[in-house]
Amino acid sequence: MIKILFFAALRERLDCEQYLLSCEGKMLQVADVLQQLQSRCHTWQQELSRSDLLCALNQQLVPLTASVQDGDELAFFPPVTGG
Amino acid sequence: MSWRFFHRLPVVSMSIFIAVQSDDFCLASEYDKLRRHSACGAVVTFSGLVRELSDNTLHSMTLEHYPGMTEQALIAIAQQAQSRWQLGAVHIIHRVGTLKQNEQIVFVGIASAHRAAAFAACEFIMDYLKNRAPLWKKEHTASGDYWVAAKDSDQQALARWE
Repeated sequence: MIKILFFAALRERLDCEQYLLSCEGKMLQVADVLQQLQSRCHTWQQELSRSDLLCALNQQLVPLTASVQDGDELAFFPPVTGG
Repeated sequence: MSWRFFHRLPVVSMSIFIAVQSDDFCLASEYDKLRRHSACGAVVTFSGLVRELSDNTLHSMTLEHYPGMTEQALIAIAQQAQSRWQLGAVHIIHRVGTLKQNEQIVFVGIASAHRAAAFAACEFIMDYLKNRAPLWKKEHTASGDYWVAAKDSDQQALARWE
């Protein structure tokens, strides 16, 4: 399983904090995971297609080309606004 | 590098302190911790506060974070600063949860031998924190709740360090 987390405005728009995705032992790219999530419904398609979407794999920022495997923690979120 | 050579390098002990917390912090006690650091002749501190909106409608603000990653991101930023300047201590505190106008949000404190490194490192850390640490602000105003949009100027501020 891949644990997927959503934060801030994205979490609210998707109405989802955490989502579990089975990768059936396959090695995937973040972009593949994103595609599966986008296919869920129109809102997810729209929200997860934003060009400013950020992605963290096991709590490190990564590009969409990063590889994901079973047991990984993936997170998607909007640009950060702390400080 | 031979051990003799290594032995002749100045010994600089560097400490990093990171906290992500809902509790407030005390500027005086943070400053006190920093100034006790050995071999430091300069302390620079920055504190960021909740600012009123231009139309005076802000009730409060909520800061959300990614537990675990936020701390890791702040440590990485402190280490980056440490690799660019010779610093004695780097302290970063970021608050989360709901905060009212003029409340303290963030503290960055640097202790170093000389002021130039401390000033530069403090600005560097704030610029990186604003662009890299997973924290998000939501404003609660008279007309509703709004997520704060990221600013291009914050992104552009990184360019001077590259």
